[in-house]
Amino acid sequence: MSARVLVGVKRVIDYAVKIRVKPDHTGVVTDGVKHSMNPFCEIAVEEAVKLKEKKLVKEVVAVSCGPQQVQETIRTALAMGADRGIHVEVSGKDYETLGPLQVSKILAALAKKEQADLIILGKQAIDDDCNQTGQMTAALLDWPQGTFASEVNIEADKLKVVREVDGGLETIKIKLPAVVTADLRLNTPRYATLPNIMKAKKKKIANVKPADLGVDVSSRLEVLKVDEPPQRQGGVKVETVNDLVRKLKEAGRI
Amino acid sequence: MAATRALVRGVRLGSYSIGRSRSLIFNSVQRRGIAACVDPSIGLTDEQKEFQKVAFDFAANEMAPHMAEWDQKEMFPVEAMRKAAQLGFGGIYVNPDVGGSGLSRLDTSIIFEALSTGCVSTTAYISIHNMCAWMIDTFGNNEQREKFCPDLCSMQKFASYCLTEPGSGSDAASLLTSAKLQGDHYILNGTKAFISGGGDTDVYVVMCRTGGKGPKGISCLVVEKGTPGLSFGKKEKKVGWNSQPTRAVIFEDCAVPVTNLLGAEGEGFNIAMKGLNGGRINIASCSLGAAHASVLLARDHMCVRKQFGETLSNSQFLQFKLAEMATKLVASRLLVRQAAVALQEGRPDAVSLCSMAKLFVTDECFSVSVYTLILLKSLVTNPCCLCHPCPIFRCQNYCFLPSIKLSGGRGAAFCSLCHE
Repeated sequence: MSARVLVGVKRVIDYAVKIRVKPDHTGVVTDGVKHSMNPFCEIAVEEAVKLKEKKLVKEVVAVSCGPQQVQETIRTALAMGADRGIHVEVSGKDYETLGPLQVSKILAALAKKEQADLIILGKQAIDDDCNQTGQMTAALLDWPQGTFASEVNIEADKLKVVREVDGGLETIKIKLPAVVTADLRLNTPRYATLPNIMKAKKKKIANVKPADLGVDVSSRLEVLKVDEPPQRQGGVKVETVNDLVRKLKEAGRI
Repeated sequence: MAATRALVRGVRLGSYSIGRSRSLIFNSVQRRGIAACVDPSIGLTDEQKEFQKVAFDFAANEMAPHMAEWDQKEMFPVEAMRKAAQLGFGGIYVNPDVGGSGLSRLDTSIIFEALSTGCVSTTAYISIHNMCAWMIDTFGNNEQREKFCPDLCSMQKFASYCLTEPGSGSDAASLLTSAKLQGDHYILNGTKAFISGGGDTDVYVVMCRTGGKGPKGISCLVVEKGTPGLSFGKKEKKVGWNSQPTRAVIFEDCAVPVTNLLGAEGEGFNIAMKGLNGGRINIASCSLGAAHASVLLARDHMCVRKQFGETLSNSQFLQFKLAEMATKLVASRLLVRQAAVALQEGRPDAVSLCSMAKLFVTDECFSVSVYTLILLKSLVTNPCCLCHPCPIFRCQNYCFLPSIKLSGGRGAAFCSLCHE
C-alpha cells in the first residue's frame, strides 16, 4: 500500500510537572517548565510507525504547530520512526490563542497538500483536554473518523477501528482516507533507541507558515480567567440520619 | 535561598493532591527530574536531551519497579540489561562498526546519570561492562574486536574488569597475577579480588604480569568463562548493591591463547588506566543520578511530613539543608560533565579531572543520600508507610554509595592526583 500517514504531535507541559497559575490569572506558567510530547500523541506516533513496519503505509510525516521549541517534539517523533517532519510556525500571541479549530484547519490543508491517506492524532491533549481536533479535522475534510481507537487494522481500502465508548467497545469499518484518534490502550509507545535518535538528526523538518496554507489562526475565543481548583474543605461529622438530612437541606443539596 | 523557596513553593500549590496520589508522585518524580534548578537537562543539546529522556524512561519503567527485588533476591538482572542493550546502552562509546552506539563521553555520562535513578548498582555494573567493551574496541585488533564487541554491545555476553588483587588495591602496578608464555598460550596463575560480575559474566579483561616488576611488565588479556583453570570464589555478602555479584576470580594454570592479548606486552597498565578514566566518570555519573533522585525524594517528603504542627518544608534549617544538597548536586554534575568533555577532547588535564570528579562527586553525593535517609527515616518507623517500599529502598540503595566511593580506585585516584 502506498499510503502516507500524517501524525499530529503537540508539545505540552510534562505530565509530572506541578502546574502553577500565573499571578495575573491569564494562564499557567510555561516559562522554564519542562515540556514534552503529549502522551496520546506518542501513542499516535507509535501506531503510525507500527503500520509502516507492517508495510501497510509508505511514509509517516510528523506535524506540529507552534514556536521554535516544537521542533524538539518533532525530533522525538522522528526518533521513534517517523520519516520526516513539518513545523507549522505559530508564535507569540497567535500561539497562546491557538486552539483545536485552527489546528484542524491547518491539518486539513496539510492533508490535502501532502496527499495524506490517513491522519492519526492523540484523542486529546493533556493541557487543554479539548478532545476536538480529530473530530474537527475529519469534518473539514469530510472524511470518516474513528475516535478513541483501541485497535486499528487496515483491510484493503477500509479501516477497521475498535473504539472505546461509554457502553464498552464499538467496532466500525470506515473508508480511507480517514482520521483516527488514539486512546490509551491502542499500544505502548516504544523507547527511541540511541542509533535512531542519531539518525533522526539527519531527517528533514520542513518549515511552513499558516498563511502559506491559507489558514487564518486568529481565535474566536477569549480566555477571561484561569484559576486553581478550589481548596478541598474539610467535612463535618454528624450523629444521626436526621442531622445528615437537615444539613444537606441547609446546603441546598436536596 | 531563593532557589529553595522556588523548589518548595512550586510543590506546595499541588500539595492537596499529594495525599491522594503519593505513589504516583513517588514514581513520577524519578521520571524526568522535574525541579527547575537541579534539572539535569539544562545546557544539553536537543540530541542529548533525547538520550536522557530515553534513559530516564527506561530507568523508571524497567529498573525502578524491580530494584528492591533485585537487591533482596541478589538477582543479576540479565533480561533488563539486555533490554537496555537493545536501546544501545551495551556499548555506548564503542564504535558503531562493531555494534556500539559511538557516542561521546559526555553523552555517556548523561545516560548513566539518568539510568541510575532507576537502580544504582545495576547501572554501575552496566558502566563497567561498557568500560570493558571499550577497552577491547580501542586496544584490540580487528579479529578481537569482531570476536568480542558485537556480543558485548548486545549483552549476549557480559564482561568484567579484573585489576584488583588481595595484595594490590591502590598500588595496582604491583599486581602479582602472572602470565607465562608457553608456545601459543599464556599460562595464568593468581587471584583477582572483588570483581564485579565475577562468576556470572562471560568475558574477563585481566591485567596480569608478563614481564618484570612495575607497570611496564603488565599486559592485558581477555579470558573467556569456561577456560580450564578459571574458577571463582564464593559470592561476597554485601550490604546493598546486590544486583551485581562480587567474587574473587582465580587462575590456576589457566591457558589463554596469545591471540587474546590486547595491544602489546607491557601495555596492560596503560590500557587499564585509560579504561579507568572513563570508568571514574561513569561511576561519578551513577552517584549523580542517585543524588538527584535523593534530592527530589527529600523535597517531596518535606512537603508532606508534618512535625510540630507544620510541614518540614517550613523549617528554615531544613530549607537551607535542601539548598545545600541541591548545590552539591549541581556542582558535582558540572565537574563530571567537564571531566567528560576533557576526556573526549583528549585534553592534558583529562586524567586529573576524572580523578577529581570521582573523588568529589562520590563524597558529595554520598552525603546527599545519607541526609535524605535521615529525613525519610520517619517512613521507616511509621508502619503504614512501609507499604510504599519504593522510596525507602531507593534511598537505601543510594546510600550504599560507599561502594561507589570504593569502586574505581579511590586511593589510586588520590595517587594520580598527587603525581600531577
